[in-house]
Order: sequence, then C-alpha cells, then structure tokens
Amino acid sequence: MSSRGLYIHIPFCRRKCIYCDFYSLADEGVQDEYTAAVIRNIRHFGGCFDTVYFGGGTPSLMSPENIARILDSADIVSGAEISMEANPDSVTHEKMCAYKSAGVNRVSLGIQSFDDGELSMLSRLHDGRGARAALSAVRGIFDNVSADLMLGLPFQKPSTVSDNIDILSGFGVQHISAYMLKVEEGTELSRREDLLSGIDDDVQADIYEGAVEQLSQRGYPQYEISNFARPGFECRHNLKYWHCEEYLGIGPAAHSFIGKRRFGVRGDIRSFMASPVMETFTTDDNAGGETERMMLALRLNEGCDVPPDVAQRAGRYIDAGFMTIDGTRLRFTVKGMLVSNEILSSLLM
Amino acid sequence: MDKSNIRNFCIIAHIDHGKSTLADRILELTKTVALRDMEDQLLDNMDIERERGITIKARAVRLLYTADDGQEYVLNLIDTPGHVDFNYEVSRSLAACEGAILIVDASQGIEAQTLANTYLALEHDLEIVPVINKIDLPSADPERVCHEIENVIGIPALDAPRISAKTGQNIRAVLERVVADIPAPKGDADAPLKALIFDSIYDPYKGVIIYVRITDGKVKIGDRIRLMATGAEFDVVEAGYMGAVDLVNAGELHAGEVGYITASIKSIGDTKVGDTVTLADAPCDEALPGYREVNPMVFSGIYPADGAHYGDLREALEKLQLNDASLSFEPETSAALGFGFRCGFLGLLHMEIIEERLEREYNLDLITTAPSVIYKIRLTNGDTVYIDNPSNYPENTLIAEACEPVVKASILTPKEYVGNIMDLCIDRRGTFKDMTYLDEDRVEMHYVLPLNEIVYDFFDALKSRTRGYASFDYELSGYEPGKLVKLDVLLNGEVVDALSFIVSEEKAYPRARKITEKLKEHIPRQLFEVPVQAAIGGKIIARETVKAMRKDVLAKCYGGDISRKKKLLEKQKEGKKRMRQLGSVEVPQEAFMAVLKLDE
Repeated sequence: MSSRGLYIHIPFCRRKCIYCDFYSLADEGVQDEYTAAVIRNIRHFGGCFDTVYFGGGTPSLMSPENIARILDSADIVSGAEISMEANPDSVTHEKMCAYKSAGVNRVSLGIQSFDDGELSMLSRLHDGRGARAALSAVRGIFDNVSADLMLGLPFQKPSTVSDNIDILSGFGVQHISAYMLKVEEGTELSRREDLLSGIDDDVQADIYEGAVEQLSQRGYPQYEISNFARPGFECRHNLKYWHCEEYLGIGPAAHSFIGKRRFGVRGDIRSFMASPVMETFTTDDNAGGETERMMLALRLNEGCDVPPDVAQRAGRYIDAGFMTIDGTRLRFTVKGMLVSNEILSSLLM
Repeated sequence: MDKSNIRNFCIIAHIDHGKSTLADRILELTKTVALRDMEDQLLDNMDIERERGITIKARAVRLLYTADDGQEYVLNLIDTPGHVDFNYEVSRSLAACEGAILIVDASQGIEAQTLANTYLALEHDLEIVPVINKIDLPSADPERVCHEIENVIGIPALDAPRISAKTGQNIRAVLERVVADIPAPKGDADAPLKALIFDSIYDPYKGVIIYVRITDGKVKIGDRIRLMATGAEFDVVEAGYMGAVDLVNAGELHAGEVGYITASIKSIGDTKVGDTVTLADAPCDEALPGYREVNPMVFSGIYPADGAHYGDLREALEKLQLNDASLSFEPETSAALGFGFRCGFLGLLHMEIIEERLEREYNLDLITTAPSVIYKIRLTNGDTVYIDNPSNYPENTLIAEACEPVVKASILTPKEYVGNIMDLCIDRRGTFKDMTYLDEDRVEMHYVLPLNEIVYDFFDALKSRTRGYASFDYELSGYEPGKLVKLDVLLNGEVVDALSFIVSEEKAYPRARKITEKLKEHIPRQLFEVPVQAAIGGKIIARETVKAMRKDVLAKCYGGDISRKKKLLEKQKEGKKRMRQLGSVEVPQEAFMAVLKLDE
C-alpha cells in the first residue's frame, strides 16, 4: 500500500475569529482525553503516512507531549512532512523546540496580517508585534515555515497587503498561504453589517492579483489558487488534496478520502471522544473520477491534462484569457482562478 | 309557477362592498343551502375569486322565498362579474333581470364601480333596490350614504334597508323589497321560443351548460334548438334550474324563468354570451338586441420557463379556453424565449387571472412579456394593419399614422388627492375631461387615457398616490393618433425581442433609462462585461453596463472536504439551468418580470 496523508484536527481555540466556520471550541482542558481518542482512531484505520498535518482550531494549544504521543502512534515513513498550524499568541521558544523534538518539521503560522487594526477587527489574539516575535522565534527553530495572510479584509487597503508580504519575505519564510476572505454563513462576520459594507468583489480581486504579482517578484511563485512557495517548499500534504491522493482525516469535522470513498466525521467532540472508533458518514462513494481529478488539479498552476472535449469547451475561456492550453495541458490564468467556480461549473459539471 | 311570483334580479356593488356575503346570507335565509354546507361566499367557487374577492364568471341560483304576504316566490339571483374587464358579460347578465340590488358600503359610500354598474343597470331599465351594508362598522354613516345615493344617482334611498350582511342583520327586509319593488317578468309563453344566453360553462360530462333567461315561449327536453348568432343546432338533453349546489333537471323552462340547458354541445365557442336561443322548427322573428362579439384588448406573450413544458402550457390554455371563450391564444416564437403563445385578454385583470390559474391550477412556471394593446397603423402604401405584438411593429419610415386605443376613465376620490391624481394622469398622457363634486368631500374626475398607459401598473400607481382611497373604472373609447415608437432592448449588442415594447415618443427616454437600470439590477455579473442598451430604430438612447464578474472562487477547502466543493459547483450548474441563455448572456427569469414593474 502506498503512503497516505494524515490530517489531525485539533478543535481547540481560545477565542473564535469572526470569519471562521471551522469546528472549534474553547475547552482545551480535555486534550488528554482527546489525544487518546485520536490515537485509538489512528490504530483502528492503520496505514502508513508520508505527510501529517495538524490543523485547527489551534494545534499549538496541544501540549508537545500529546503531539509526540500522536506521532508515535502512527506509522510514518522516514522523511515525511509533518506540519503543524500555530497561532502567534501561543508560540514560545521552549514549546516550539519541544514540538520539533516530537517530530514536527514544518510550522504554519496564522499571522493573517501585521496591521493592528485588522487583527483586532478579526478578533485575533495577537498584534503586529506579537506576530513578528512569533515569526522570529519559529524561524530560528524550523527551516520550513509557512505563514497565512488574509486578502480582501473589510476596508483593506492594497498597501497593507503589500506591506504584509514584504514583512513576511523579509523574515525569509518558505511558504505563504494567502486566502481571500469569504463570508461564511453563520459566522459573526456574516451578521456584521458594518464590516460587510467594506467588502467588495472588485477590490478583493484587485488585491489578489496584486498579491500574486508581488509574491512572485519576491520569490514565491504561485502553485495553487491560495498558495505560494519558494521552489521545493510546496506543501506536500495539501498537494495530496489537489492531486486526488488518499488521506485520512481524524477528529470532529475532519474529512477523508480512502479507496473510492470520501467520508466525514460529525462536528461533535463529545461523541468523537466517547466512541471507540469515530463514526463516519459517506459524502461520496464513487469519488476520484475524471471530473473530480480535473476539478482539483485545475486549482494548481501546473494544471492538468484534459480530454479533447474539455479542451474544446475550454476554447472560449482560453480566447478570453481565463485559461491557457499547452498541448493537452490546461491551466487557469490568475484572472481565471479568480472566477474558477463559474468556469468549472460550466466546463466540467 | 305563476310568472307573477317570479323575480329575476342581480346584485351590483363596488368591489368589497359585500356582494358575495349578501348572496350567502340570502341563500341561508331561503334555506337554499343547508347551513352545514355553507362555505363562505358560496357563489364565487373558484379559489382565485374567493381570494381576490371578485367574481369572475357569472353564476345564477334559484331560491324559494315565502314573503310576509304569505305567498311563495321564486327568486332567481344572477351573480354578475364586478370588474370592467367583464363589462359585456355584466351587461348580458343585467339583460336577464328586471331588477338589481345596489349595495353601498355604509362607510365608503359610492365608488367608481358602483356608478358604472348602476348606470349600466339603468340603461337596461332595471328597478334599483338600494341597500346600505356594513352598518355594524364603527365608521358606518348610513345617513350620509343615503343622501349620497339620492344626490349622485338620483334614486330614492332614505328608506333603503340598512343591513349587515356579515352579521345577518336585516336581510329579510332586502328580500321583501325585492318582492315588492322589482316587477315580475313579462313575456308571452305562447310565442316562439326566445331565450338569452347570459353565461355558459363547460362540463366534462354534460358538455356545455348554457345559462338562459327565457323571454318568450318555452323549451323542453327533446326540442331542437338553434343558436341564432352561430346558427348551430342541438337537441335539448336537459332543461332546468340551478340549485345552490346542483343543477335540477325540471324537464322544461317557460317564459320569465331563468335556468339552464344542456344539449351535448362540445364547444363553448358555439354558445356565445348574448346570443339568442330559439327553436329550429319554429324560430322567432328576430334575435334579442345587444349581442356582440367579444374581442380581446390586451395581449401578452406567455412562455414556459422551461421550454420542455410547451406542450403542458398548450394543454392548460386549451382547458381554460373551454370555459372562457374570451381567452384567445396562438403559437408564437421568440428568439429569446423560444416557443410560447400570444394570448389575448379582455383586460388586465383577466390577464392576471389567467396567468395565475395557469401557474396555480396547472403548476406551470411562466415567463410573460409586457402587455401590449392593439395598435392601428396606417402604412405609407395606404394599407391599415393592426399590431398586437411589438415585434411586428413596422419601421417608422413605413408608417403614415399610428393610432392607439384610448379609454374613458372615471376616478372617484376624496378631494385631497385630486392633485396627485392629476399629476398621475398627466404623466400617463391623459386628457382631462371634467370633474364634479359628489358631495363636500368626494370628487368624480373624467379623463381620456391611452389604454397602453393603464395596462402596466396604473391601478397600483393610483392606489399608492391616494392611500388606497381612489377607485377607478374605464370603458374603451376607440382609437386616437399618437406619436408612438418601438423601443428595443439590446443585451451585449443583440436585440431581445421579448423585451421590445411600444411607447409614446415623449416617454421613450425615461422608460429606456428605467428599463436599462432594472435589467442591470437583475442580470448577474457574467465573465464578460454586458452592455444593456435601449434603442429606437437602431439609435441607442440609454445604456447601462453589467460589469464583468471578477471573483467567484473557493479560496479554501474546509478540512479536505472535496465533496462540498463538488456539490457547490453542481448547484451552481443547476442555477444556470434556470437562466435564459440570450446569445452569450445568461438572464434570470426575474429580469423579465422586473421590467413589467417599472414603477417600483
């Protein structure tokens, strides 16, 4: 059996950010019990892994000991990429060293912005200074560091984004994820009329195009819609998603793809911890087909090889500058990525 | 039954003054229908009628009433449509009666339809029995309303029964007045058969049921009858009268009576309202006066939202036409909307009712084009053409003179809204005729208005400018020349035929601006910039732009939830199916609807 990706959801947050609809809760006091449940499931599902990703929530709220226990319980190939998300406010030098000793070799910092006004608007727990301090600590310990930035925040000035990118590249991070803000239903943001009035598709699109351009100039070419990296530092775990490869997701609200089956776990930490094996529900029992493969791969700058009928239908998008084709290899342009839902729904569905 | 104990009458009233409620109370009082069978407003038996509080098709019912004089009377109550669209049907119903109960609301007083219907009744020499209704309301002022009836209509009303149809108060007094004041029918029972058709409905088992008033002679089962306008002949299968819930086949009908006839008639087109029924082997000399063909006045394209339902739409229209000979339709094709039908209606209300019935009773999802009237165009080559579809409007260079239908409109309003109404009528190209004070407070205004100015939303506009207090009635009044132009709408440079309409030159610019703004509002952003233009004969007079879509992307996939992304794209694809593809532009159905409501 070839190696899979392993995603472990750490559903603890000290405070919910206003834009976030990921599953999380404030009570990290149950983390020992939670760790035991994660380990039970790793043993149950088995398999060997060449990427591991601790996502959240806030994985850096987990003690290094628990992270170590989880990693020890899994069959991880040598040279695997082991990523962990961390929030700047929970970063300390000692803790980071301990994570490294536990096996973590890549840290993704939820910086989002260095602008104090933007950070407090988002209810983040850190400020610009804290973000710099955390970055500098993490950079001193890890040689594969990623940072998250948010694009298109309410009332955001393009110059703020451009400053953020310069600061990050100044720290010499290897990878940057730059996500355009999306207003998700049920979040606090979706009810904040005052902030919603400052979100504009056209401004967001301009900021995105500017960021892609600037990141490329600073040595971070785009490799996926929202991801940029120094060559060789693309996130191998995330590439598994886009390359339609298998991964096991453990934890409430985590998702998996094994065999032809995609399945999820209900977002309920109590029942996750209480069950000997997490209860899953199938979202697709015939996954991984040609359409899905193209839908996922077209998120990547490398694009994908497409059959003649798709290439032909793509003609109008190529003519209009939304896509390019080279032989049978179809790719989105930056302008096309911005409207990829609209195009994919016509092209593939 | 002795003719002298028959009373044939109808009830006339402005909408909502209580006609159907009074009819219900009369049915109750005469025990024509058992209380447990009572459904509110029994005579209006279509859902739409009940909801809108209007009567669409006339119905008739026979009641037995023992009066204070100890004698039993046969009362034939003929229910009439209350709306101007059905004016001709009203006039035929009135022609079947000797008298009319005139209901006036004790707080609202006389309204436009009260007057219009009363004048119509007086034209038919009907005896008017005024009744003041809704005296139970706190705002009731029966004294004032009595004076209003005397002053405005000029009939005695001081001793008019004051009733509450809602509570049932004083209903008997109304029937006593019917018996005392309305004359018994005249007519010669021995003369050749002469009967007026005042309504007809299609029944899947019996064929067409015709409702008749026998003027002279008699008709019985087995008689061969002739319908004089169409010349069609049939053998009578049933002849009888209408109970509140069932037809009662009495076997024959005599002069003075109101009843029904069935004769295995397959098509309602053979039984035209207003036509005269006589016997084939002993015909009367001449038909009853007043018959005319009813012609549609307002036209609209009706299309299935989903082209696959074209056949269903045709079937539904055919079924509706079985019961509504005034509905006309013929297939038409639109480049924008595909296959549909050009439908003709008596008026706006008729159009709305048909559209609503198609959607409600036949479960169809429709796109309708802006209503149009019939334009009379004299061409430069001397020909005259009538145009009911803007797509067929000739080029301006070919037109010597364009004429449009006009109506005489009567508006009743509290005096404080006179200014607002004048503004509205000026805006709608009205010509002021006269204005009279009905009393200190209320004014009747007369205008001549182009029909095309009232087919859109005149009634709504009037209501909103008078806080609902003004009432409105109109009658057609021929053609007048006008400076008319055809306004085309272009999306991405291509004319959308279904959005073209005819408009007066002076209003073309504001209308063009409004329509382009509305479309811009309702057309979602697409991958390409979409110019929305309005043009007269190729000259662009208004433009808006739907900007190109810049952002529609899933930046992040939640915890590797790929299925969610896939479903999202599938849903997006489904959404596209509900759009109309016009050239390269996707237009949602709402956009077609929105341009019909430019006043909002």
